Amino acid sequence: MAFYVVQFLTGLASAASLFLVASGLSIIFGVTRIVNFAHGAFYMIGAYIAFTLTERLSGAFGFWGSIVLAALAVALIGVLVEMVLLRRIYHAPELFQLLATFGLTLMVEDLVVLIWGPDDLVGRRAPGFRGAIDFFGQNVPSYDLFLIVLGPVVLGILWLLFQRTRWGVLVRAATQDRDMVAALGVNQKWLFTSVFAVGVFLAALGGALQIPRDAVHHAMDLRIIVEVFVVVVIGGLGSIVGAFVAAVLVSELNAFGILIFPKISIILVFLVMAAVLIVRPWGLFGKPEAAARKTPGLTVNPWRPLTSNERLAALAALVVAATLPLFAGNYALTVGSEIAIFVIFAVSLHFLMAVGGLASFGHAAYFGLGAYGIAFLAKMAGLPMIVCLLLGPLLGCMGAAVFGFFAVQLSGVYFAMLTLAFAQIVWSIAFQWVSVTGGDNGILGVWPSSWAASPSRFYWLSLGVAALVTIALRAMVFSPFGYALRATRDSLLRSEAIGIDAKRIQWTAFVIAGTTAGIGGALFAYLKGSVFPDNLGISLSVDALVMVLLGGVETVSGAVIGAIVYKALNIWLVSQTDLSKLVLGGFIVLIVVVFPKGIVGMLELLAQRRRKASPPGSSLLAKPIESAE
Amino acid sequence: MKLTVEGLNSHYGPAHILFDIGFEVGEGEVVALLGRNGAGKSTTFRSIVGLVAQRTGRIMFEGKDVSAKPTHEIVREGLGYVPEERRIFTDLTVEENLEVGKQPKRPNAPYWTREKLFALFPNLGEMKNRPGGRMSGGEQQMLTIARTLMGNPSLVLLDEPSEGLSPKIVEQMVDAILTMKKEGVSIVVSEQNLHFARLISDRAYIIERGRICFGGTMAELDARPDIRDAHLSL
Repeated sequence: MAFYVVQFLTGLASAASLFLVASGLSIIFGVTRIVNFAHGAFYMIGAYIAFTLTERLSGAFGFWGSIVLAALAVALIGVLVEMVLLRRIYHAPELFQLLATFGLTLMVEDLVVLIWGPDDLVGRRAPGFRGAIDFFGQNVPSYDLFLIVLGPVVLGILWLLFQRTRWGVLVRAATQDRDMVAALGVNQKWLFTSVFAVGVFLAALGGALQIPRDAVHHAMDLRIIVEVFVVVVIGGLGSIVGAFVAAVLVSELNAFGILIFPKISIILVFLVMAAVLIVRPWGLFGKPEAAARKTPGLTVNPWRPLTSNERLAALAALVVAATLPLFAGNYALTVGSEIAIFVIFAVSLHFLMAVGGLASFGHAAYFGLGAYGIAFLAKMAGLPMIVCLLLGPLLGCMGAAVFGFFAVQLSGVYFAMLTLAFAQIVWSIAFQWVSVTGGDNGILGVWPSSWAASPSRFYWLSLGVAALVTIALRAMVFSPFGYALRATRDSLLRSEAIGIDAKRIQWTAFVIAGTTAGIGGALFAYLKGSVFPDNLGISLSVDALVMVLLGGVETVSGAVIGAIVYKALNIWLVSQTDLSKLVLGGFIVLIVVVFPKGIVGMLELLAQRRRKASPPGSSLLAKPIESAE
Repeated sequence: MKLTVEGLNSHYGPAHILFDIGFEVGEGEVVALLGRNGAGKSTTFRSIVGLVAQRTGRIMFEGKDVSAKPTHEIVREGLGYVPEERRIFTDLTVEENLEVGKQPKRPNAPYWTREKLFALFPNLGEMKNRPGGRMSGGEQQMLTIARTLMGNPSLVLLDEPSEGLSPKIVEQMVDAILTMKKEGVSIVVSEQNLHFARLISDRAYIIERGRICFGGTMAELDARPDIRDAHLSL
């Protein structure tokens, strides 16, 4: 019995940090509507800075002073980030903000290793809380007891701050209607900056307080951010009480899940999350999100099928691409195959995101499932390649069918966070279920049959499949199903009012996108001859997002261009520098700030301006709206 | 002149909404902006306070050009805005809603305290701690006006204050607006209801399809039934 009580107390202690970080994320989201992916990075920097300070400053005051100083320093960094970066993108679609803060996270991961080195750092014990308290023969660290008390204390302070101060009233008002707050003479800029500072302070404090419990390392940002996303999805974004309750719930599930399913404890958390979402899609303490107003000007160019000339041009480009094996070497062909595979992956996400308006942050799950599908079929069942290629993507299809069913119940940032959490779950299964998936060692020796084994043949195969997939998805955009899907994207309410079963349409789109991604993953497994958990990791999901955004999310097929440019750049970068995350992160931030419409979107805009320049002075209302891709 | 608007053009995306809007409001005047649904009344107000991003033209307030300023600075000059959809903060209590609107005292404008506002809108005084979301439409309309007055504006843009209210509440609204005028607040009120406008206004402009097509005193408007019938639904 005592053992379970102690386990319970450990869970409560872990909840403290989780609550600090999650409440910070919630507060920032409430006012700025930004899901701050970099929150995990701020948590990590808080831990690193606190580690350095506690090493330098001695005594009790030194330790506790260091913790607070570290949190304040990180809050200052947060203010800088808000003023320099986020202020420029508050009016961008929410996706771009998530992406920009993800870019920051990537940069921080490399910077942290540059400054503090790649090794785990073990911090000092907290003065006054070094020992343990005996509880019926079980030891409870006294620092854990301190954390257990701290959680509710912080909750109380936050409550007072929001209920009893003018700042708190303004923040709550802005959470509901920030334009109206500005229309009453409140300077939003400083309100946003102060809110961001408070949120980042909480995250950094959460990180700093972890150092007596856990080693500080450069991957702690992703671990916490996934848990935090789960917490805010369960608790309800924007609710501090919800963050507290959900943090306790998740921590306890982790603490006891370890006892029940030692290998895959995260499953338990996932099951609870799924259950909560079915009953309350906006979380235990959240409120249903008001239907977001579409920004006027988004997608003003109606989509149309290619003209016959454009079809010929696309065909010509394909033919040129098909001649690559005539003059290129094996390395170039392998790179070419990889790019073709990523075109498949990117167009599948583009279909979900641009056509369906559902931005998945965990699309790699289905890519990776397709790859694992191949590995299982080829290695364990020993099936021939053709059969594998036809059946392998079905694993992606099934994964998308299950997860998609839950995910499409939500929209916007909730959808993004949920898909990310699902992908992370699939990743942990692949990583932890060693007996089936080989864990970190992956599954090796998945080679194509002889008819496709040579680099040039495999290149033709990949190119052909990529072309077919692109054409099929494009045709779908202009089919009745595509019209219905776009209707649900543009106005969910109106589409339902004219009899479209919106959730079903979106679910179908999710499954189509997941299956297509699975096809890409299947080819990828054969290309590399192996499958690893990284094939369904977060960074791959984000690669896909960047490709789509780079190509242009308002275009029909911009993802093709985005995939080619990004993948080529990526392969080149990795060969050039060790700091590829830093460069890549900077690149993502740059795209979001400078090219919010993507490459293809920008070309369209330029073409449109040129056309508009010829008949001057004509208003758009007076003539038929111009069509463009 | 208290407020002068010249050559105001506004766009939503590719759509041109307002075409060369121009009008004036004198010190202490109540001016009605009349027009049908969709004529551009709300967009005019939103453009004046800087809530429409794509706008050109000149907006002079108390002799200063405010057209380049962000919304909160325009409002802090003393130009209050009461939106059409009320937009009270439903999670906040009446007191807290008023707190959000609070701005420092202004030398050239009447100073409003909570007590003064509760005297103007007695209903609000009886529900200080009620969340805005649990109030009737009329009470919400009063709260949104009171909230703007907490900023001590010298001029208020009132967007359709009588919309959707019962006749009894409309009467109270007329009294409140006349009290505001007596205190020295200049007012621009947008209306579809000519009868309501006549009770409170000194002058009127008519807006139709984003253009001002009439401007004059209420008497001049009454002398032109043709204009009235062409542009206002009665």
